[in-house]
Amino acid sequence: MSHLLEVRNLTVDFHTAQGTVHAVRDVSWHLDRGECLAILGESGSGKSVSASAVMNLIDCPPGEIVSGEILFEGEDLLKMPSERRRDLNGRRVAMIFQDPLSHLNPVYTVGFQISEMMTTHGEPKDKARARTLELMKRVGIPDHENKFDQYPHQFSGGQRQRLMIAMALAMKPDILVADEPTTALDVTVQAQILRLLEELQAEYGMGLLLITHDLGVVAEVADRVVVMNAGEIVESGTAQQVYKAPVHPYTKKLIAAVPGEGEMAEPVGQDEPVLKIDNLRKVYGGFTALDDATLTVLPCETVAIVGESGSGKSTLAKTVLRLEDATSGAAYYDGRDLVSLPAKELFELRRHIQMVFQDPTQSLNPRMSVYDIVSEAFAIHPDILPKAKWKARVQELLEQVGLEAAHMSRYPHQFSGGQRQRIAIARALALEPQLIICDEAVSALDVSIQAQVIQLLKRLQKELGLSYLFIAHDLPLVRDFAHRVVVMQGGKIVEQGPVREIFESPREKYTKDLLTASPHPDPEVQAERRKARMELEKTA
Amino acid sequence: MAVSETPPASEAQSIPKPPPAWLSILRMLYRDKFALCAAIFLIVVVFCAVFGPMLLGEAATDQNLRGRNTPPFDFSQHWTMWLGGDALGRPLLARIIVAAQNTMMIAAGAVLASLIIGTTLGLVAGYTGKAASQVIMRLADVIMSFPSLLLAVIVLYMLEPAVGNLIIVLAITRIPIYLRTSRAEVLEVRERMFVQAAQVMGASTFRIVFRHILPVVAPTLITIATLDFAFVMLAESSLSFLGIGIQPPEITWGLMVSQGRSYLTSAWWLSFWPGLAIILTTLSLNLLSNWMRTALDPVQRWRLEISRKKK
Repeated sequence: MSHLLEVRNLTVDFHTAQGTVHAVRDVSWHLDRGECLAILGESGSGKSVSASAVMNLIDCPPGEIVSGEILFEGEDLLKMPSERRRDLNGRRVAMIFQDPLSHLNPVYTVGFQISEMMTTHGEPKDKARARTLELMKRVGIPDHENKFDQYPHQFSGGQRQRLMIAMALAMKPDILVADEPTTALDVTVQAQILRLLEELQAEYGMGLLLITHDLGVVAEVADRVVVMNAGEIVESGTAQQVYKAPVHPYTKKLIAAVPGEGEMAEPVGQDEPVLKIDNLRKVYGGFTALDDATLTVLPCETVAIVGESGSGKSTLAKTVLRLEDATSGAAYYDGRDLVSLPAKELFELRRHIQMVFQDPTQSLNPRMSVYDIVSEAFAIHPDILPKAKWKARVQELLEQVGLEAAHMSRYPHQFSGGQRQRIAIARALALEPQLIICDEAVSALDVSIQAQVIQLLKRLQKELGLSYLFIAHDLPLVRDFAHRVVVMQGGKIVEQGPVREIFESPREKYTKDLLTASPHPDPEVQAERRKARMELEKTA
Repeated sequence: MAVSETPPASEAQSIPKPPPAWLSILRMLYRDKFALCAAIFLIVVVFCAVFGPMLLGEAATDQNLRGRNTPPFDFSQHWTMWLGGDALGRPLLARIIVAAQNTMMIAAGAVLASLIIGTTLGLVAGYTGKAASQVIMRLADVIMSFPSLLLAVIVLYMLEPAVGNLIIVLAITRIPIYLRTSRAEVLEVRERMFVQAAQVMGASTFRIVFRHILPVVAPTLITIATLDFAFVMLAESSLSFLGIGIQPPEITWGLMVSQGRSYLTSAWWLSFWPGLAIILTTLSLNLLSNWMRTALDPVQRWRLEISRKKK
């Protein structure tokens, strides 16, 4: 019998200057009506390629579809004339993307863009408008009549994703392809969007093809899952089956790397704090980004600051490091107030507090070699080390973070994401700091690489007696790593305490919301969480 | 999180140890055949500029009224006449070689001066506070809104029309281009995360600007500078044409082009050969700067390091 959509033995190559890359090799999967199939994989696994092939989004050249067929209701899409394919795209098969801001045109109103979807497929204008309003209401845009004539920048990230979904649904497609639809969103918003997708799928009887790297998302919505690694399918089955009884070693490794399962750390003993932040406040114009934050970091302690976007957690880091000037308040390090310190004394203190940034691709200067990047610390602070010893020390630092001495003469682009973050850590360590502020230091990395970097940070803490101020949005990760947790919302600290207390008996509603919204990779546990979330919503 | 901490071996890319720097630069130049030709041509031009007046200075000013407007490619004559003779019967080839010195001095001097001054002001305007930036930018607006030829006429009328003054005038009129470009780029680059990372380490403003921002901005500016080279050569010729630039018997390519203009219908070669020299020099500079942009960028360098494959 024929499936709604079936990909058979698809092989796609990309011809690059360094040679041919087999993006996907001999991949087969199928999707039926009313079902949700998830394609799970890390970056570079080829998970998006087969979906791009379905949507005719592969650039040829450099791409080339070498072999295979894509059957839509039994008809091969690859042999179809492009005229007919365009007609199917959007009308029968629709797609939503990871970053809705870059996929909505900033110079047209959202109402126009949604109705354009229908007018290009031949609907009359007034009918399209009525249907657009209906869709905007359905995907949960409040005050939809007035929002029709607004521009994309006037909406929040979650609302933009809702608009993208509305646009995709305009022609009542049979298949909805969602490429990392919630990766750029906060956990609470992610939960809402996933629920909306599920409801709509049931309502329209669509087949939902979900491409993701997040096992939690798979557990929340997927019926079946296909696991991809290096262009090949390594495992497939129901979500339950794959999680409970993985067969392939890669799947096992992937599941083992998921954070949130390990032992929680016990609080470190009382001691004189390394960093004491006192009523720190930052106001931009009339907007209070940081509202009277007070917290301490003890020696050898990891304090995690969690919160969603706009909660002020990065502002906190920036004001402590004096990348931004605080409006009021103080941050004491070693008895000296970082916020009001004159430039010369601040320069000396810079050595003791370092930072690891979110995206190592951007935080390493692309025109400097690894040696230049790491040894720059010694050039800035000449009293650390005489020039003759730089090379030996850089080598030592690189080995400390799990790289090799031979990497010294290379440039950042020659490394993978995880290795780049190791270079950034080596750079921070070069100044022999006591406190390292990690601003989302692992969130740009794949799950298995994330685990490795966290492991590295833990080891360095033990060896060097470091304290971390770890800013993150990923709760399971924090659970494994932090000693204490600070929860922030809208610039304010909502709750803080030892990690066990926050995760097992949270007091504030916002903390509870966050905990129930963060998806768990076990479909059974996830089902329970969802129940808890619904109840929380009812009581609210 | 039962994962070993060391990265898998496959994660590391294997790259052989690099050869010495000068060798790899030559090798990269050899890969790009256009850039190689350009480099050779420029070496020849520089050689002419340095030794030309010494070797052929006499021949270039030697008038021979019987040989007025001698057509080119008459190989029975002395080799300096192979490209023909000018209106006073002076050998064109010798004159082009000798003129290379003045032309190169003025063009290179003006371009370098405007590049250095413009970039420095642009870095200051882009990285420091609002007040300095406002003053610099308004100054640039004034220069830009003032017709450059008019400025040159006024200045050169008051000062002596010498090579040095010509360089100063041409440099001033070209400053705003580098200034605006470098400021715009600095405004973007200063927000990048590696600049913040340097700030956190305690890097001085000087260090951030020269170690982190300038190398990112430089390729754009160098490309503009090579394009500007031709513009300056032609601007100089128009000043010479007005009689306030280089004065005969001193010669430049631009002056030769404008002198030959009145004979265009009867003796095309008078303007053509010096014009060709200008075109080839600019073209070579362009090709070379294009190659340099790729060779200096560690992310792009592989394009020159791998051997060309058939597509």
